[in-house]
Amino acid sequence: MEETIKVPTMAEYAAQGKQPEVLFFVGCAGSFDDRAKKITKAFVKLLNKANIDFAVLGTEEGCNGDPAKRAGNEFLFQMQAMMNIETMNAYGIKKIVTACPHCFNTLGNEYPELGGKYEVLHHTQFLKSLLKEGRLKVEGGKFKGKKITFHDPCYLGRANNEYEAPRELLEKLEVELIEMRRNKRHGMCCGAGGAQVFKEPEPGTMDVNVKRTEHAMETNSEIIATGCPFCMMMMTDGVKAKNVESSMEVMDIAEMIAQADEL
Amino acid sequence: MQYLTNILFLIALVAAIGFFTINVRKLIRNIKLGRKVDISDNKAARWKNVLLIALGQSKMVVRPIPGLLHIFVYVGFVIINIEMIEIIFDGLFGTHRVLSTVLPMGVYNFLIASFEILAMLVIIAVVLFWTRRNIQKLKRFWAREMKVWPRKDANYILYIEFVLMVLFLMMNAADQRLQVVSPENYSTAGSFPISQFIVPLLADLDVSALVIIERTSWWLHILGVLFFLNYLYYSKHLHIILAFPNVYYGKIKPKGQFENLEAVTKEVKLMMDPNADPFAVAPDATEETPEKFGASDVMDLTRHQLLSAYTCTECGRCTSECPANNTGKLLSPRKIMMDTRDRLEEVSRNIDKNGKFVPDDKQLLDDYITREELWACTTCNACVEACPVSIDPMSIIMAMRQYLVMEQSAAPAELNVAMSNIENNAAPWPYNQMDRMNWAKED
Repeated sequence: MEETIKVPTMAEYAAQGKQPEVLFFVGCAGSFDDRAKKITKAFVKLLNKANIDFAVLGTEEGCNGDPAKRAGNEFLFQMQAMMNIETMNAYGIKKIVTACPHCFNTLGNEYPELGGKYEVLHHTQFLKSLLKEGRLKVEGGKFKGKKITFHDPCYLGRANNEYEAPRELLEKLEVELIEMRRNKRHGMCCGAGGAQVFKEPEPGTMDVNVKRTEHAMETNSEIIATGCPFCMMMMTDGVKAKNVESSMEVMDIAEMIAQADEL
Repeated sequence: MQYLTNILFLIALVAAIGFFTINVRKLIRNIKLGRKVDISDNKAARWKNVLLIALGQSKMVVRPIPGLLHIFVYVGFVIINIEMIEIIFDGLFGTHRVLSTVLPMGVYNFLIASFEILAMLVIIAVVLFWTRRNIQKLKRFWAREMKVWPRKDANYILYIEFVLMVLFLMMNAADQRLQVVSPENYSTAGSFPISQFIVPLLADLDVSALVIIERTSWWLHILGVLFFLNYLYYSKHLHIILAFPNVYYGKIKPKGQFENLEAVTKEVKLMMDPNADPFAVAPDATEETPEKFGASDVMDLTRHQLLSAYTCTECGRCTSECPANNTGKLLSPRKIMMDTRDRLEEVSRNIDKNGKFVPDDKQLLDDYITREELWACTTCNACVEACPVSIDPMSIIMAMRQYLVMEQSAAPAELNVAMSNIENNAAPWPYNQMDRMNWAKED
């Protein structure tokens, strides 16, 4: 399947003296992690399908600094943040969308105090707004009637109080949404946050992602939907650890919408 | 001689309030050991939180059963304390049920009746609370950090509340009988929907026995209340006062927005400024010692964090939602708060003894909170969301991580790898920044 997807960069836009409607901040996972790259591509397909005038920073993008800050390295975080802010301010960025709740949180909440003030949206919020404006249509397609559970990413949900945008999209996909015993405000972390994903967990009785996968299994869902590349990694590992890969899949909501539309 | 009881009462009252004042001042002194925080912002939002979360108990009822029971005790406590006005006046001036002589009888009867009903609800709640702790043994009350004293403390509070309510009802029951058998000394006042059921038990007693029961109940009740007031400082029960300021000072920003370290911002800006003179002496170099990054002891925490440590009532809702704790890790957000308070109290005793803090070769880090606990946190904010009184245990974990990383370079090895990757190639993994857009070319 050889298809090229249209991904313009800010540098190209600037060279033409143009400004895109929105910057897509891809993030490290979305750029480098094999599984997360699929989310990135699915989201780009949706942006193209909806004729969104967007661009990415490409090689000028750097880690937003979230893992450094949460590991306690404020120096490294602020260095990263200021480099990104310098780049984005130079391009006159106003609006940013990202498919990673960690980028979403850091750019939206922690960059302003360092001089980076943008309107930052999580991709589920952005897709919801496209839906409202009639620029994108979401239909159930192959997901219609399927049992699906949604895992709230901490940095989208509790950290920023966004519980509804992903659920509204799932509703449009006409799935049968079955909530886990812990959801929304009380959702349980996948175990990746606070830079945990980059290290081995401390000794305990089990891994956080396995416990969370057990919660998902209780719902008898076919798909664990989520909206975070790190939740994606953790839940995918959890599903493997529980040996339920044949009956359970982990998908990002953007991927589901793209697949429903056979993109 | 006839004023003896009034004088005794005055002495008890002054002693109790005096001792309480001493402890309150100590409490304020200890909290002020922390760093100042600016909380002059968002006044409206802060008051709204006090109204909803503290007064309105909005987070307590997230768990309906203990939430409702807690509202019984809370409302009972607040309302029945109106009765304290009468008790203190009667005690000082030798009057009896003074409010019945100033308030219209209908109002007085309504007040006493509602106190009695609330007293009964408190008794029911307290018994159920005790059962949950000691018979049902709910997991969160028996976690590792719930050692002997925290468990005893919780039960003592329940016993005291139970006894105070029973004494209040006993006093009313005896008074009712006296209003019948000795109307010349006990004018008819009050409505007693609950204690009327105790009256038959007193039917055979004569006036002097009834007076003894009434007076003893009255005295034990007020002395119990004064004791309880002074027990607070030594107990997790301080939350009945501190919950209000703690909620007021609670975080208003989105939970995901962590504090920006201004001191670091200054240095980073200087580093990134191409015009900065690398050999320049900082203008205020002589002014003070360089700021310590993060926290290794209680003095490095903020005043709000220290206030939170005193506010924590050890309910364990934070710990029961913590993903690390749920999966058997050492970390317990409640323990973070309890350790902070224990260390702060140790520092407090040190200051009491020496006049000022004399280094004792101990600190919050390692001596109380281990690194293993700190590194297990996923910063998911579940503990912060769960706390009914707006405590943020995660902020203490973060401050201590900052100390470990920025002052000690003591991050776990794998995190050092991720961080040096970020530093070298702007991603936590060892991929070249120039390959950041390769995904667009792959299929």
